[in-house]
Amino acid sequence: MVDPILSVEGLNKRFGGLAATDNVSLSVPPGTLHAIIGPNGAGKSTLIAQLMGALRPDSGRIVFQGEDVTALATPARVRLGIARSYQVTSLCPDFSVLENVLLASQLRDGGWLSFWRPAITYPRSRSRAMEELSKVGLADRSDRLAGELSHGEQRQLEVAMALASDPVLMLLDEPLAGLGRDEADGMVSLLHSLKGHVTMLLIEHDMEAVFALADCVSVLSFGRIIASGTVNDIRKDPNVRDAYLGTEGDAHA
Amino acid sequence: MRKQLVSFAILIGLLCAVPPIAYWLDDPFLLSLASRCLILASAAVATNLIMGYGGLISLGHAVFIGIGGYVVGIASHHAFNDGMTWLSNGLLQLVAVLLLSVLVALFVGLVSLRTKGIYFLMITLAIGQMFYLAAVGAYDYGGDDGITVFAKSRFLGQALSGHYLIYWVSAAYLTASMFLVARLSSSRFGLVLRSAKVNEARTRAMGYEPFRVRLVAFTVAGVIAGGAGFLMANHAGFVSPAMLHWTRSGDLIVMVVLGGLGSVFGPLAGTVAFLALEEVLSGITEYWAIPVGAILIAVALYTPQGVMGLLSRRRNHG
Amino acid sequence: MPDTATLLFLEQSLNALQFGMMLFMITAGLTLVFGIMDLVNLAHGSQFMFGAFIAAWVAGETGNFYLAVVVAIVLTMALGFLMEVTVLRHFYKRHHLDQVLVTFGFILILNEVARALWGAQGLSLALPDALNRSVPLLPGLDYSLYRFVFIVCGIVVSVFLYVLIVKTRIGMLIRAGASDRDMVRGLGVNIGLLFTFVFGLGAALAGLSGALAAPIMSATIGMGEPILIIAFVVIVLGGVGNVKGAFWAALLIGFIDTLGRSYMAAIISFLAGDSVSAALAPSLSGMLIYLLMACVLVVRPEGLFARRAG
Repeated sequence: MVDPILSVEGLNKRFGGLAATDNVSLSVPPGTLHAIIGPNGAGKSTLIAQLMGALRPDSGRIVFQGEDVTALATPARVRLGIARSYQVTSLCPDFSVLENVLLASQLRDGGWLSFWRPAITYPRSRSRAMEELSKVGLADRSDRLAGELSHGEQRQLEVAMALASDPVLMLLDEPLAGLGRDEADGMVSLLHSLKGHVTMLLIEHDMEAVFALADCVSVLSFGRIIASGTVNDIRKDPNVRDAYLGTEGDAHA
Repeated sequence: MRKQLVSFAILIGLLCAVPPIAYWLDDPFLLSLASRCLILASAAVATNLIMGYGGLISLGHAVFIGIGGYVVGIASHHAFNDGMTWLSNGLLQLVAVLLLSVLVALFVGLVSLRTKGIYFLMITLAIGQMFYLAAVGAYDYGGDDGITVFAKSRFLGQALSGHYLIYWVSAAYLTASMFLVARLSSSRFGLVLRSAKVNEARTRAMGYEPFRVRLVAFTVAGVIAGGAGFLMANHAGFVSPAMLHWTRSGDLIVMVVLGGLGSVFGPLAGTVAFLALEEVLSGITEYWAIPVGAILIAVALYTPQGVMGLLSRRRNHG
Repeated sequence: MPDTATLLFLEQSLNALQFGMMLFMITAGLTLVFGIMDLVNLAHGSQFMFGAFIAAWVAGETGNFYLAVVVAIVLTMALGFLMEVTVLRHFYKRHHLDQVLVTFGFILILNEVARALWGAQGLSLALPDALNRSVPLLPGLDYSLYRFVFIVCGIVVSVFLYVLIVKTRIGMLIRAGASDRDMVRGLGVNIGLLFTFVFGLGAALAGLSGALAAPIMSATIGMGEPILIIAFVVIVLGGVGNVKGAFWAALLIGFIDTLGRSYMAAIISFLAGDSVSAALAPSLSGMLIYLLMACVLVVRPEGLFARRAG
């Protein structure tokens, strides 16, 4: 029985009278992909923010690779091996695509303590960055300004940036949003190829992708996990149908 | 990278052209004016590092100019009045400027860099005022009237005086500062600093602590400005609390804005523009501050996405 | 009968209270403008200066102090409206750097206009005889009636602001705006009008403060900026947008600064001797409140009373 990479125990977060996170617990074994689904406003982004350390939970524990990181600040968690991609694009639009990824990849190669030599001239960081860009299909756009990319391409860049810091755990916040069919398929195969190497927590609305990728699915509604299990368990769960899947137009059951 | 080296070559060429022109026109005053411009531009380069690249708007940066100036002034005071001529040793003074600038930068940075947005501006303004009042209250060192620098800094027996010598030193200092900041901006450090300016949360989510990076930038900028103050004291032959007044910090901000934020040569262009504007306007009217103010308002009002938005073009960083 | 040391302490405490009240009146408007419109207004000190000059000038021309104060408030408020409507309202969504530039530009203009109108020497304001005397507060302690009136005015303004912000509809909008601008917009309120009102209120308070300060400080060119900087310290300690925090922070600063100046020389002499005191005391007493601010920030970067609105 292998220890989980990520273990969330009884997480709670209230905003005034509203319970954004209500006694959430989950456990993600290494190399697996755990999907979180749920209607808008269910508290998915709040959950990710707490996992990243941008938000402090009121109570509960977050354990990463056996270490309690609940009180740890975001940069420290990232250095330990957590990375995330953003739902609302959060790039540096005036940097080139390559520079954006370099920012992430150079962390493992010496960090920021280099003051004289131009960042792009470090071969190892640069080649790693180009490698991640190739994986997401953006290698030929490496010199463009990030702000010039299309919405879908920015999603891809987000994922490349998350990958570039060589993470143990990736938190992916709706990486498929706004992607065309081909791009979405590419992203799904990329995530599929990562399984076994990188542990992933995926927030998504695209049910096809979720069902194709997830080893485990948790359904979030009003801050609470109302169901958790394999893809098949979830498909059959009546609560889930009522709360979520029943209202979705997607009938890929 | 090559483009930048060419630009620096052109700069050096232009800088070298000024003394011969001054000699030919038999106008040493021109050199003095140029030196003042170059020294101020060095301080503007420092301001550009924290503001243009770092996104930190400080209304207290003139404090570092004051540190550099007062080291020279106080040393001169004791050398001249108390016979402690060893204080005029330029190297000793520079070491003092360096140490003091670093210490003050760390102090100011520790106090102000952990605060958010609008607070940073207010705090640097307040701390700048604190140092200004300290200088005004230092009756032994001239108080409000300041100190006349009779004993200039000496390097290997040679005093830092004379229009030509000061010009060459100032030109070298400016070129070196600009080159340093240019390298910094394209380095890994610079990438993280600039990223933190645009998107602090994302920078943290990539594993960096913006506070540490900014503290380093702030300290480097403080040292560069301190050096500018050292040169200013030797050039003007006079130091006073006015060097540290918050309006001097405001002037630096205006210079950087006029020249273009976050660009390598912008601070020099902005300083030249600012000084030229001052010259021209004070020749026209006694109340020249009014058109200057109006120009500032117009610049702020009519730049399309604001002054920071002018950065939306790619800057050359090698 | 209390001894002279105690009487001196009481007198200085009253001066501290007066200074604190003046600070609060200036800071209240400034912090509201920061908190609600997210606008850095460096020219707020200039409004203080204008209030002082207008009051001094009107009092000089008409001999009527009370009229002078009223005119100062009205004209400063008008100046505020003018600045807001013509220029500053375009800066609410702009980066703070743009706001710094534009308000710095206003300072240059306003200081120079004041110099052109009233000369570089400044204007003094002689108090009417009715106010220009001392009243015995305690046996052995006569206190300036005017400063006393000043304190009372400060208290009245504080109560007025409290009632306005806590008890009225506009106050509710102000409090809501301080914590969530967009929500107030969503309520269908004419945001532009609200902002102009808040800006004008701030200007009026600054003008009042300047007018009342003129008899004590005299109106001088550039008098507003050092006061503005202290107001910033008050805001840093009290929290942006927090009027209640500004009140307590203003009082705290008033006491530390006034009592610090009075007793600094004595304290240093006691600790390190007279010569050290003579050298350091003048500098240190001016630096005191900034050192206080620095100490607070090292321990609590978010300020002393940090909580939004109210």
